[in-house]
Amino acid sequence: MSALPPISIEESNDPLATPRRVALVRPDTRPAVRRREETYVMTFPHLVVREIILFQVVTIALSIAALLFDAPLQGIANPTETPNPAKAPWYFLGLQELLHYFPPVVAGVLLPGLVVIALVVIPYARINLSAGPLWARGGPRLLAAITTAIVGVAAFAALFDCWPVAVPTLAVGVVMLAARGGERGSRFRRALAEVTLPEWIMTWFVIVASVLTIIGTFFRGPGWSFVWPWASFRSW
Amino acid sequence: MRAPTVGGVSAWLRETSVYRSIVRHGVADTNLNRSLVVMENLFLHVHPVKVRAKTLRLSHTLWLGGITIACTLILYASGILLMFYYHPSVPQAYRDMKELQFVVDDGLFLRNLHRWGAHLMVFAAFAHMLRVFYHRAYRPPRQFNWVVGVVLLLATLGLSYTGYLLPWDQLAFWGVSVGTNMVRAAPWIGEPFRFLLLGGHVVSENALLRFYVLHCVVLPVTLIVLVSIHIWRVRKDGGVQGPPEDDASSPSAGEQP
Repeated sequence: MSALPPISIEESNDPLATPRRVALVRPDTRPAVRRREETYVMTFPHLVVREIILFQVVTIALSIAALLFDAPLQGIANPTETPNPAKAPWYFLGLQELLHYFPPVVAGVLLPGLVVIALVVIPYARINLSAGPLWARGGPRLLAAITTAIVGVAAFAALFDCWPVAVPTLAVGVVMLAARGGERGSRFRRALAEVTLPEWIMTWFVIVASVLTIIGTFFRGPGWSFVWPWASFRSW
Repeated sequence: MRAPTVGGVSAWLRETSVYRSIVRHGVADTNLNRSLVVMENLFLHVHPVKVRAKTLRLSHTLWLGGITIACTLILYASGILLMFYYHPSVPQAYRDMKELQFVVDDGLFLRNLHRWGAHLMVFAAFAHMLRVFYHRAYRPPRQFNWVVGVVLLLATLGLSYTGYLLPWDQLAFWGVSVGTNMVRAAPWIGEPFRFLLLGGHVVSENALLRFYVLHCVVLPVTLIVLVSIHIWRVRKDGGVQGPPEDDASSPSAGEQP
């Protein structure tokens, strides 16, 4: 910080010559004001060359993949012949798996809608901006609230027999509660104790979404029944 | 007389009046000209002239946004080539897949590249979003760019999904049928929106044409505009942010004597 230019104060009675400037630096100020003393390098060539190399690496990797693996192509579309199961692309299979448990309006509209809204509001919610470690502050009431939330979500999922949501929720919940009071434990426990509430929620979401997508992709066969991925049946 | 070298020829070329009318600055061997390379180029000027040295480290961003952009460029290039061989009609669309496979030189390679590039783009965009979240890079002043990023993720999914129908095979037809049936569940707007999307009540030739136009015109143009805003905002918001810096997260903390 020492390399920043010293603040100089000029005094004058001529407002046209020396305009008075009052600077109030707030946390949400423009980034230029927040610039810190750091080592800078020229964008060209340092960044541009790296971007070109990255593009080449991705191109080569995708070309090798395209030489080794062929894109799937089945028979011509036939509206009268429904494959069993009919699967959406992989990134929607988590949703399709949810559709197996919940009514369409919940699985197809409500839950994805909530996810999108939750993603959009992340930077505007105070909890995401000022959150410290989850258990750093707050006593028994926080513990009760968190426990209620975990059990509530898991119970709601279990109500619909949706174990791919209920089980990971409980698993994440147990780790979350175990992180309480870990400040003086091992390095791993100290790291867990540092996790903020938004990070717990996102981690929970990623785990649940991954479990649903993996089950939908690899473990679902005719009639959306549970099959092992190595069973002879393949839909894709 | 000395034989001309590559370096000599290119140096001479860059001093010609025609070249200098296109690129006004000289060889980028000074920091001034290196600045001009960025400032005087429509495409590079989304970048600042200088970047923080540590943002170039792999651990800072894992280059995930860059991988997504690289996929985008590869997909535009391979997609335009595929368009030369594709008719969005039934049953010609499916026959064109067979043409690509058996008749067109490197047709299958082109389709493979487009397919795997699309998968990587969806995956890299997700990973980029998670990286930004765990680095808390959505915090002020970057709030709005996070929102642009969420819209970009939805546009990416839309591109991938509309492209999924185009081969017009069983996989495409039923994949899209399953997905658009979910839309129907939305109260009030579900059924009209699905009709608008498909141009009918079932996935048909009309749906193929609509998905084709969305996939090749509407969504790619939307993506270009949004990506431009996204990268330009990175510059405006003070450059890419990597792992949270201890004292830097609050601007006043580090500046006190």
